[in-house]
Amino acid sequence: MKVRSIDDLESLKGKYYPLIKQRLGYRNGLGLTQIMVCSGTACTSSESDALYQELERELARCNLNHNVRVNRTGCFGFCQHGPIMMVHPGEIFYCRVKPEDVKEFVQTHLVDGQLLDRLFYRDATGKRVSSIKDIHFFKAQKRIVLQNCGVINPEEIGEYIARDGYFSLADIILNKQPGDIIDIISKSGLRGRGGAGFPTGKKWEMTAAQDVNPKYVVCNADEGDPGAFMDRSILEGDPHSVLEAMSIAGYCIGAGQGYIYIRAEYPIAVERLEMAINQAREIGILGPGLFGSSFDFDIELRFGAGAFVCGEETALLHSVMGQRGEPRPRPPYPAQEGLWGKPTLISNVETYANIPALLRSGWEWYQGHGTATSKGTKVFSLAGKINNTGLIEVPMGTSLRTIIFDIGGGIAVDRQFKAVQTGGPSGGCIPAKFLDLPVDYETLKETGSIMGSGGIIVMSEDNCMVDLARFYLEFTQDESCGRCTPCRVGTKRMLEILKRIIEGQGEMEDLEILEELAFDVRDASLCGLGQTAPNPVISTLRYFKEEYIAHIRDKICPAGVCKELLTYQVDEEKCIACGLCAKACAVGAISGAPKQPYQIDPQKCVKCASCVAKCPKKAILKGAGREVAGQ
Amino acid sequence: MKSELEKGPSDIEKSYVYKEQGQQLGNVIADEKEKHFQALDHIIERYSQEPGQLIRILLKAQDIFGYLPEEVQAYIALKTGVPVSEVNGVVTFYSLFATEPRGKNIFKVCMGTACYVKGAQEIMSTLKEHLKIDEGGITSDRLFTLETTRCVGACGLAPVLLANERVYGEAKAAEVPKIIQNYRKGEKIESKKH
Repeated sequence: MKVRSIDDLESLKGKYYPLIKQRLGYRNGLGLTQIMVCSGTACTSSESDALYQELERELARCNLNHNVRVNRTGCFGFCQHGPIMMVHPGEIFYCRVKPEDVKEFVQTHLVDGQLLDRLFYRDATGKRVSSIKDIHFFKAQKRIVLQNCGVINPEEIGEYIARDGYFSLADIILNKQPGDIIDIISKSGLRGRGGAGFPTGKKWEMTAAQDVNPKYVVCNADEGDPGAFMDRSILEGDPHSVLEAMSIAGYCIGAGQGYIYIRAEYPIAVERLEMAINQAREIGILGPGLFGSSFDFDIELRFGAGAFVCGEETALLHSVMGQRGEPRPRPPYPAQEGLWGKPTLISNVETYANIPALLRSGWEWYQGHGTATSKGTKVFSLAGKINNTGLIEVPMGTSLRTIIFDIGGGIAVDRQFKAVQTGGPSGGCIPAKFLDLPVDYETLKETGSIMGSGGIIVMSEDNCMVDLARFYLEFTQDESCGRCTPCRVGTKRMLEILKRIIEGQGEMEDLEILEELAFDVRDASLCGLGQTAPNPVISTLRYFKEEYIAHIRDKICPAGVCKELLTYQVDEEKCIACGLCAKACAVGAISGAPKQPYQIDPQKCVKCASCVAKCPKKAILKGAGREVAGQ
Repeated sequence: MKSELEKGPSDIEKSYVYKEQGQQLGNVIADEKEKHFQALDHIIERYSQEPGQLIRILLKAQDIFGYLPEEVQAYIALKTGVPVSEVNGVVTFYSLFATEPRGKNIFKVCMGTACYVKGAQEIMSTLKEHLKIDEGGITSDRLFTLETTRCVGACGLAPVLLANERVYGEAKAAEVPKIIQNYRKGEKIESKKH
């Protein structure tokens, strides 16, 4: 069936809505139980697919498959506790469900009508929580972009329509003028979620104003920042929202073709997108003559093959055209000359995903969220030394403290918070004193970091900030495409200095050179990669200079990370003289006699830590008398 | 590292020699190679008419051959009309493309930030030690290649080890020998289809 009008959409919605209604916590009168199994990447890695199949098998075996339906759904964001499974009615939330648990679950929950509380989430106080509504992690969020993740089956277009999807598109194509829509986007205050925060409405306006044909719409799904996975989760959980927004953009700027540039390393997202595009084409929501109008719009996928620089828009355009992904100077901006020299609108996945919700509820509503300069919500991925790793969405302006210690559940009790890194390799480290600042584009910039795409990585006292700066610089140096000299050579020289410092060969004047070089690279590089590559160095130098000095002057690594600066010692009180360490030592640096504490010869020791692994009494210490972390 | 297999056949043929060891070599190699180039022809036919699909063709070609030797690059250039210098330029630019043969099993350690702060380094060094190869290396029996990968986005499960398509989340260095052993014995747990 081809969808030609809003009435056609209504009838499709009517068919799927009862299912959705139940998942939103209402009665649906169908007498049906629905099980939602998370099929995002994180849960799939922890075997949610096997869980899904086992559920189907067991339901068939117990003859329950008519009354119980198993669905795949997108990321709930609670990745640490996966695989996640939610049962409706009741919104019962089960965590860490293994295929082995299926038999017991079916018997207890579905047959006997009891709750299987063994699989409930345990909150901070140790209490078991049955419903998603009572889990603080979810209660504290505001989900606009992620509203469909965990609710709909992303592989079924009807379920997206039942959530009022594609209604905005139909209404716009059939009844509205492009200028009015661009006006709404501008008034909403939506800014690009890819990092730089350029006003989205302005971008649309600029591209629409070009009097050249054809034009193109491009979605940047080359989520390259290590530690960021929000775009992937949106594409896996709600692909149609991006397709709808791109089609709207196409109508508004006058483009007929869209491209989604996605990483080949995201197989699930690619598969879901391909499925979504095909389903939309089948019912006439993509392709020639959308909704029976004269407006044609289609979307194709283009694959990134592993190059971080392709997140930069001009490099991305080269890559979409199948070339080496090297950036070029701007202007001309892509809005003027983009793909094949034609005007091109490029936005990031999350930016597009905001648009259907924004148009459904109006710009006044959208403006009600966020801060003066940054409107709406932001999706963040939490990772690193934080208790609840996963995906969250909060209004702009929420403080880092709320994000990390309230929603994120803080860090392990025996560890201390040291810094938080935002913005990936282009961002910086933010120390504890700024935890209460509201998170928006401007504030983060003032602290020396950036919003970036929204990765938040939490670090504790056993992360070395100098080593972290080296880690990021190694990444950007490796990913530098080599086109411009400041980035190609500058990052290399900076990396050499950092490596010297880490190995204990640094001099105090290195710090000045490093800083000077960092500013030069920032100011002189051609594209965003080089201009932001020094940020991790600049921000750690600004807030953690004493750590650099400790490495250089005292030749110690306070966090106990940098191998060359460690010394291993035997704790004489704990040592039981078993001799295992001496046997494990490949270079013969450990000697001892029966009933005497063993000794490590620092001249011979190569700091491989094999003795630490072997010692049954944890009697070998590294660094300045600190017990080896995590052993 | 080059083994006794190197007796003159092309790089591609060499990789077949490894795959089909113990069988009647001559015919098998020719057949297999023929089949692979036919599969490549289909891909080229399917995509070469659309603008900018070179990267997709190369990705698919790598799926077929395991890597992209000069012979395959030249073939693609010839068939698509893209200059071979440009094909080679693209192949060498992107990190997903390999120009050297790779092992039957590919272990990749995620070196994203989340994995790094949670000890991916240790997983890497244990793998190096047990496989006796360096990063980017291939074992002499051509069973394993060891690589690092950019963030795979499973940061909630850091540190992450990928064995072919399978993701091992919250990987521990102590589990590494067992994982290697499983693949060595051929008890490969089927990579999951979604």
